[in-house]
Amino acid sequence: MDFTIPENYRLMAETVRRFVKQDLDPISRQVEDEDHIPEEIVEKMRELGLFGLSIPEEFGGLGLGTLGECLVYEEMSKTNACFRTRIGTNNGIGSQGIVLDGTPEQKDYYLPKLASGEWVACFALSEPEAGSDAANVQTTAELKGDEWVLGGRKHFITNGDVADMACVFCLTDKSKRAKGGITAFIVEKTDPGYFVGTIERKMGMRGSHTCELIFDNCRIPKDRVIGGDKMIGQGFKTAMKTLDKGRLTMGASALGSAQKLLDLSVDYAKQRVQFGKPIAQFQAIQFKLAEMATNIYAARQMLYHAAALRDSKGTSIIKEASMVKLFCTEMANRVADEAVQIFGGMGYMKDFPVERYYRDLRLTRIYEGTSEIQKIVIARELLRG
Amino acid sequence: MNIVVCIKQVPDTETQIKIAGDGKTIATDDIKWVMNPYDEFGVEEALRIQKAKGGEVIVVGAGPKRVTESLRTALAMGADKAVLIEDDGLYGADPLAVAKILAAAVKPLSPDIVFLGMRAVDDDAGLVGPALAEFLDMPNLSVVTKVEVGEGSVTVQRPVEGQTLVLEASLPAVISAQKGLNEPRYASLPGIMKAKKKPLEVKTLADLGLDKAGKAEIAALTPPPARAAGKTISGETAQELAANLAKALREEAKVI
Ligand SMILES: Cc1cc2nc3c(=O)[nH]c(=O)nc-3n(C[C@H](O)[C@H](O)[C@H](O)COP(=O)(O)OP(=O)(O)OC[C@H]3O[C@@H](n4cnc5c(N)ncnc54)[C@H](O)[C@@H]3O)c2cc1C
Repeated sequence: MDFTIPENYRLMAETVRRFVKQDLDPISRQVEDEDHIPEEIVEKMRELGLFGLSIPEEFGGLGLGTLGECLVYEEMSKTNACFRTRIGTNNGIGSQGIVLDGTPEQKDYYLPKLASGEWVACFALSEPEAGSDAANVQTTAELKGDEWVLGGRKHFITNGDVADMACVFCLTDKSKRAKGGITAFIVEKTDPGYFVGTIERKMGMRGSHTCELIFDNCRIPKDRVIGGDKMIGQGFKTAMKTLDKGRLTMGASALGSAQKLLDLSVDYAKQRVQFGKPIAQFQAIQFKLAEMATNIYAARQMLYHAAALRDSKGTSIIKEASMVKLFCTEMANRVADEAVQIFGGMGYMKDFPVERYYRDLRLTRIYEGTSEIQKIVIARELLRG
Repeated sequence: MNIVVCIKQVPDTETQIKIAGDGKTIATDDIKWVMNPYDEFGVEEALRIQKAKGGEVIVVGAGPKRVTESLRTALAMGADKAVLIEDDGLYGADPLAVAKILAAAVKPLSPDIVFLGMRAVDDDAGLVGPALAEFLDMPNLSVVTKVEVGEGSVTVQRPVEGQTLVLEASLPAVISAQKGLNEPRYASLPGIMKAKKKPLEVKTLADLGLDKAGKAEIAALTPPPARAAGKTISGETAQELAANLAKALREEAKVI
C-alpha cells in the first residue's frame, strides 16, 4: 500500500502550518475575546487561496482531491476553530450543492466568487422542527409566475450573518417530502424578504456566528433552483451528497485539534513539576499520553485511507465517511477531556487554549449529522440488501 | 532583469538535531527539511524586483532529490524556473566546492543579480556567497538589508554596529540577504498548484563540466553542553533580592 502524500499536498500543509503559527495562533485569544475575525486576516486567507480548496480549477478554485482538502483542514484546526469555520462553508456545505448539481450558468456565476472568497456561502437546511430529521423541513417555496416565493425560518446556520448567498432547502411538495418534495435554492443577500435573524450565543466557536435566517415572502427568480427545473423536488439528494463529502473534512478538523492537544499535553507534562518531578514521570500521565497518541494514530490512518479511497473511486463512500466522522470526532473529544485532566486546574482556565479546544470540539459530535445519526447510516449500510 | 536565487535546504529550525552513530553527521530520520530562511529573503527580494523591472527569476539548488521540495516552494512563491544539481559526487561537498558548482550552474543563466542567504542555518559557514562572487567574477555585497536597483548598478545597505553602510556596485552582482531585508510571502495554495507545471531541470556534475566535488572533512561533531538547571535567588525584601541577584551575577556568573 502506498502511503506517500503527494508533494503539492505536503507543500500546502506546510504553508497552512506556517500561516497558523505566524498569523492565526497569535490572535486566536483576541478573536475569542472579541468574537470576531479581523478583516485583514480574512484577506490573507483569500490571498492564500483557502476559500477555493474544493472548487474545480476551471471555476478559479484549486480542485483539490479529498486527501488534499483533509490535510489543509488538519493543519487549519491546530488553532482557534473559528478560522477553519470561516473557510468551511465556501469549501464545503455552502458551495458543494452548486459544484455537484448546479447548472453550467450557476457554476459560472457563483463558483468563481466563492473560490476567491469574494463571496461567502452558507448552507441552510436545519430548522426548529428539522434537525436530525432533516427531511421534516417546514420552509416552503411556491412558484408564482416567474418567481419562487419562499416562506419560513432556518436556524443554526453557520456564517449566516456574513453570507452573500445561501443554499436553502425548501418544501415544494408536502406529500412527497424527501422523495421528490424538497428543492434546493440559491438565495442572495439582497433578495427581498430575506433577513438574518437571531445570532445565537453558543458554548464555543467564538469568532464564528450561527444564525437564524428568515424568509418572509422572499421572492427569487425562477432560475435559482440548484440544477435548474429538472432538479425541482430533488433537493434532499443534493443535501445528502453535500453532507456526505463534509464528513471526511470534519474528521480531519477533529484530528488536527486532537494532535495539537497531544502536543500541548506532552510539553506541559514535561514542564509541570509536582512531588518533586515532572508529572510526565508519573505512569498515570504517561498512560493518558500513550492512549491519546494511539487513538490519534488510528484516526489518521482511517481518515487518510478513506480520503484516498474516495479520490480513487471518484464516488462517495457513505459507510466509511460516516465511520471517519464518528471515530475522529468522538476520539478528539476524549483527547480533549484527557488534555484538560493533564493540565489540571490550568486546563480549566481561559489563559490556556485547552479549555477552548474542549468546548469547540464538543460541537463536532453534533453538527453535520450527530454521532447517533452516523451510527444509523453505518448500520443501514451494513444491513442493506 | 534576470535574477538567480541560490537555495539551500536545511533542517527546520524547530527540529531537534541529534548526532548520528558515526559521530560525524547528523541523524536525518526525523528531520523536516525546509528552505534556508535567509534564502527565502532572497527569493522574496527577487520577486519584488521582477515585479518592478520584469525579467525572469530562476532558483538553483544543489543536493539530493528532496531539495526539489524547497525549489518547488520557491516556484510556488512565484519564481519561473528551477535548476537542481543532483549528483552522488555532491555528498559532503564543502562551501568552496558548493560555490564552484553553483557558479558553473549560474554562469550560463547570465543573471543581472544573484541572491543567496548570508548564511545557512545548519552549518553557519557563510562562505558560499563571497566564494560564488569570486568564481563568477562579480562584486560581492554581503549581509544586506535593503536593495535598490538602478540603471546597471545596485545600491544596498548593510547594518554595522548600529550604523548603516551603503554600498554601490555595478551589475551583475552577488547579494547575500540578511534578516530584515523583507517579509517573505507564503507559497500560496494556487501558487503551489501552478508550481507543479513550472520547469525544473535536473543536472549532474558532469553536465556542468565538473568532477567530484572537493570536501573538507568533518572530523567530529559534539552536541552543545547540556544546560545546567537555573538558580533561584532568595531574599525577604525586594532590596535583598536585588542585592543577592547582583551578587550572583557578579561573583558566580561573572557577567557584571
Ligand atoms: C454551532 C452549530 C452550527 C450549525 N451549522 C449548521 C449549518 O450551517 N447549516 C445547517 O443546516 N445546520 C447547522 N447546524 C444544525 C445541526 O446540523 C443540527 O443541530 C444537528 O443536525 C442536530 O439536530 P438538532 O439540533 O435538531 O438535534 P436533534 O435532531 O433534536 O437531536 C437530539 C438528540 O437526539 C438524537 N437523535 C435524533 N434522532 C435520532 C434517531 N433517529 N436515533 C437516535 N438518536 C437520535 C440526536 O443524535 C441527538 O443526540 C448547526 C448546529 C450548531 C450547533
